Amino acid sequence: MTSSMELLAVTSLVHLAPVDVAIIAFYFVLVLAIGWYLKGRAHTGEDFFMAGREMTAWVAGLSFLSANLGALELMGWAGSAYQYGILATHWYWIGAIPAMLFLALVMMPFYYISKTHSVPGYLKLRFGESSRILSAVCFAFMTVLMSGVNMFAMAKVMQIVLGWDLNFSIWISSLTVAVYVALGGLRSAIFNEVLQFFLIWAGALMIPVLGLYEAGGWEHLKVQITERFSAQYVHLWSGLGHFSTNPMGINWVGIVFGLGAVISMGYWTTDFLVVQRILAAKDLRSAEMAPIIGAGFKMLVPIIVILPGLLGLAVLPVHLTGEAQAAITGGHSYNDVLPLMLARYCGPGLLGLGVTALIAGFMSGMAGNVSAFTTVWTYDIYRPLINKRASDAHYVSMGRWTTVIGVLISVGTAYLVMQFASIMDYVQALFSFFIAPLFGTVILGMLWKRASGSGGFWGLLCGTASSIGMWTWVKLDPGALRYVALSADAKGLAQDMFQALWSFLVCVLVTVVVSMMTKPKPAAELNGLVYGMTEIPEVGEVAFYHKPLFWAGVVTAIFIMLNIIFW
Amino acid sequence: MISIWLFIGISLLVNGALILGAGIYQMINPPAHPEVVLFNLHANLWWGAVLFLVGLFYCIQYRPRHS
Repeated sequence: MTSSMELLAVTSLVHLAPVDVAIIAFYFVLVLAIGWYLKGRAHTGEDFFMAGREMTAWVAGLSFLSANLGALELMGWAGSAYQYGILATHWYWIGAIPAMLFLALVMMPFYYISKTHSVPGYLKLRFGESSRILSAVCFAFMTVLMSGVNMFAMAKVMQIVLGWDLNFSIWISSLTVAVYVALGGLRSAIFNEVLQFFLIWAGALMIPVLGLYEAGGWEHLKVQITERFSAQYVHLWSGLGHFSTNPMGINWVGIVFGLGAVISMGYWTTDFLVVQRILAAKDLRSAEMAPIIGAGFKMLVPIIVILPGLLGLAVLPVHLTGEAQAAITGGHSYNDVLPLMLARYCGPGLLGLGVTALIAGFMSGMAGNVSAFTTVWTYDIYRPLINKRASDAHYVSMGRWTTVIGVLISVGTAYLVMQFASIMDYVQALFSFFIAPLFGTVILGMLWKRASGSGGFWGLLCGTASSIGMWTWVKLDPGALRYVALSADAKGLAQDMFQALWSFLVCVLVTVVVSMMTKPKPAAELNGLVYGMTEIPEVGEVAFYHKPLFWAGVVTAIFIMLNIIFW
Repeated sequence: MISIWLFIGISLLVNGALILGAGIYQMINPPAHPEVVLFNLHANLWWGAVLFLVGLFYCIQYRPRHS
């Protein structure tokens, strides 16, 4: 085994021992075995696309979280923590927790009661076919492209960290995902995501534990970072009064309203990649509890993502830089901080588990993309536009083939990115265009019965167009950022926040204006879709500690305390 | 149907055993120049043992039973 790995290796950050290779190989065997075992339980459309709607709250909740906990997410945000300090934690706390709780308590009943297969499916029920097709086509297109971009980025990471050949990484991981998702459908994807959740924690937890031991505890770590860099690297909120008083170049308005109220709401409540996991829950209580369980664990993720980045600031002997400068100097970039910390603390065995966690994170993120793409293609594009009256077995067969084709398109995108690196920036930007306005459309659809079909469609279209317009404006004239983010001191991340905020507001404004000018949907057709027109089933006579509202309160209290502690 | 938690248990059990084995080997044959800092803490030994025990618990708790 070692010899085969040596053949693949060129130069790398870490070197694997035979036991590490055995751990990685065992992971591949196990995920394929799970897919093989579950193939016998994916006969109907409900089985294949919705995992039989029989997942418990724990399985759905952990899968919901894992679908977002990809390898690039881990490495990217660890790098951001090194670059911006503890401010990166906002993407895990205010940039996730309120949205997850909002999904659980406000939006989930409508998704679940309507029995929709997808978010575009909800738009069809609420606003009509045109809104469904617009969102389905955008989502399907973006999902496979994003999957390909992530595939290339992950292969690049494997090349840098382990010295693996790009083609080897791309094909071995994509074929494995294609096999287990095509065999077992969403159930297989969900099972593997839960497995990945455990592997990530098992593989990554040693870094913060040993790092804090080396740094002498949290208080000593803060002192060291303050001495080497700045006190603002260890404060969550105190530097957000102005764009120029924090390393990120953003202010509290962008964080609270752009990230917390729009981007995270859009991602966690309308991105079908994560919502699909909750729709697979066995009943409404489980569907409401799942995002709350996910939120509870999401608050802990900074321990294995942000803390390693902060520890890197204190204990690494080298100074990390941006990608461009690292390429010139031959040094390490911010994004290398997690592998560097892995290599610093993890010997044989632990290193293999850490690398497995990265591979598992990537594969499960890809499986999430592929399973969501397959469902949206089959139910929201193929069935309404191409073949309306086929049998259930036909749609399952279409789902299996779409899985394979989706993976192949992703592989093709990965090779395209390999040839034209700038495509990566465009695809990542494209995805962000759609999320914020989609949240505006869905939330108005759920909470405002007067919103009409035309209002929903034009709001979504104009919101998306405004987002594209702002992005293009700043691309052509970087100085325009001062107008989009309302400050000359604003930096790149501030653009994302304010662009999302404005496109959301454009979507809401256009939806309201057009709705007031057009005929509303008859009240009888809004049952199960809109607040005030839907009877939400009670949880029933259960102990208070079984109620979603109680646990949402617990998570909220911890969330507030954490923000105060790290203020 | 086999529980998802059994698969988790198998994964933790096997990985724990491999890491524990590597830890024991390194304790008996310590490298002259350890590549990792804090080698003296033998993290792979005790973390491998923790994973092994958790995996064992899951495997027993969620083993397939005939109803």
